[in-house]
Amino acid sequence: MKNFSGKALFLDRSDINTDEIIPAKHLSENTRQSLKPYLFEDINLEGFDNKKDIQGKGIIITRENFGCGSSREHAPWALETNGINLVIAPSFARIFKRNMFNCGMMAVELSHEIISRLFSVFSKRDTEIETLFDKSSFILKSGDVKESVKFEISKFDRALVSAGGWLEYADSRY
Amino acid sequence: MGKTIAEKIFESHIVDNPSDDIYVIRLDAVFCHEITTPIAINDLVTRCKDRVFDTSKVKAVIDHVTPAKDSKTAAQGKILREWARRHDIKDFFDIGRNGVCHAIFPEKGFVRPGFTIIMGDSHTCTYGAFGAFAAGVGTTDLEVGILKGVCALRYPETIRINITGKIPEGVFAKDIILSVIGLLGVNGATDKVIEFSGPVVTSMSMDARMTICNMAIEAGATCGLCAPDMTTVEYLWNFIREEYKTKDKALEAFRSFCSDPDASYVDIIEHDVSSLEPVATFGYRPDNVKSVREMEGAKIDQVYIGSCTNGRIEDLRIAAAVLRGNKISDSLRGIVSPATTEIYRQAIDEGLVAVFLDAGFCVTNPTCGACLGMSNGVLAEGEACASTTNRNFIGRMGKGGMVHLMSPATAAATAIAGHITNSKLYNGK
Ligand code: SF4
Repeated sequence: MKNFSGKALFLDRSDINTDEIIPAKHLSENTRQSLKPYLFEDINLEGFDNKKDIQGKGIIITRENFGCGSSREHAPWALETNGINLVIAPSFARIFKRNMFNCGMMAVELSHEIISRLFSVFSKRDTEIETLFDKSSFILKSGDVKESVKFEISKFDRALVSAGGWLEYADSRY
Repeated sequence: MGKTIAEKIFESHIVDNPSDDIYVIRLDAVFCHEITTPIAINDLVTRCKDRVFDTSKVKAVIDHVTPAKDSKTAAQGKILREWARRHDIKDFFDIGRNGVCHAIFPEKGFVRPGFTIIMGDSHTCTYGAFGAFAAGVGTTDLEVGILKGVCALRYPETIRINITGKIPEGVFAKDIILSVIGLLGVNGATDKVIEFSGPVVTSMSMDARMTICNMAIEAGATCGLCAPDMTTVEYLWNFIREEYKTKDKALEAFRSFCSDPDASYVDIIEHDVSSLEPVATFGYRPDNVKSVREMEGAKIDQVYIGSCTNGRIEDLRIAAAVLRGNKISDSLRGIVSPATTEIYRQAIDEGLVAVFLDAGFCVTNPTCGACLGMSNGVLAEGEACASTTNRNFIGRMGKGGMVHLMSPATAAATAIAGHITNSKLYNGK
């Protein structure tokens, strides 16, 4: 199972699409690792510097419909090669979410209210998130501010994360 | 209670139900192209799982960048080509016989009513035009599809869009689907299926149905679906005549993949197109839709006619009807890319290619090329393209470029005028 704890990166925009996560011109790469430098290269987000802001981050917290656009799994891989295995948002595009769990990564939905609160409390500060997978909860910490948030993922997604992805799961069962 | 098309197809293919709303379904076909498949092949090889569940149900094409434009894209083609040979995949289409995936696979008769199909491509939803349940998937799903012939999907919920009224002259399927996306928004149908119904859809050709189903994903939908009817039978007749003997028998069989009158939908939307004007997009989202009239005069550097949305013969006929006897403006360049080799040949035979050449268009070989900003018409920073494709995301056709989505008629008229304008086929006020 992958690591789901780390520093949080807040992306304050909805509808961040897969072309912004990894531009189509890099789809001719045939290995996952070669995508690493291009994560969020063309993102439309004021003040964001993809060279600096991603460094050392392990988790993304963002707004609605993250990962819309094309079906490319390069999007989760570009995240994974940068050490980001978990994205938290109010909603995701269907294929993006499936791709995340298929890769043994996590796309976790929290309510609008919770996400808005996390943005207002934590987005301007250095925030560490610890994921307690078995307890289905996140612990957010920044200085002496601390908050615990429950999350829900389906039984199937949980099995995929534990198996290390859908390919291993499917090949052993069907 | 009655069932929708999507539910009927889904239920006839269930293999497993590993979680509440997730079902593993059996696949009738897995389609592959050279952008998303090589990385899947490489991964399968690395995991010592280089197998194919059924070589007659896996089809492949090199279409996105063809001919290869550099060493990287050449390597992608090579991986797909060698894999197809190694596994003896008969239906593999290389340059000279190829075409844009969502145009060539239906053209070859590989898409049938009631089929379940996946592909590592978001516009796989195009095949719903035939009453097939077809979904775009990521690489891992594609790998599992190739390896095991199954896919895990959520039980489908359907939004029905009933398209009624009389389509005004000069308004086309592309205008209709753009207006629907404007109505629904880019995630208005996320995780759902859109069933297009009503007299306007019934009267549409298969080419037009493919145009509307193609863009279902732009509203977030898993799949766009049209009920199969006599138009579907006619399109497929050469491929199914042995099996069904008469067209009525085929129609009867296909009818089992139509929604029941008492089927339940999450939403039913009535969309009257009687007063619809030609439309185009103005921003970086496909739901940023305005009438062409409101966008009149917007500066354009390149006109692109092609893609899996609007690169079919009907689209080329419409564009040529607007262009015939005219030259494109000196202020822009025009590129037309017939979607398949067969369409290319037909366009030559019908004299359409001559119309494009006389007008000053560049006619390229069948390929996705410019649509995804990889070759054959990439935009420079600050340039705008009037395009018959399906995506206007920032950077889609080249970094810093703007894409205005529109119908082939509007694109052709724009090419002549040098700026966005309505075609002469439209005479509404
Ligand atoms: S034509 Fe464009 S949208 Fe269609 S399959 Fe090719 S790249 Fe994708």
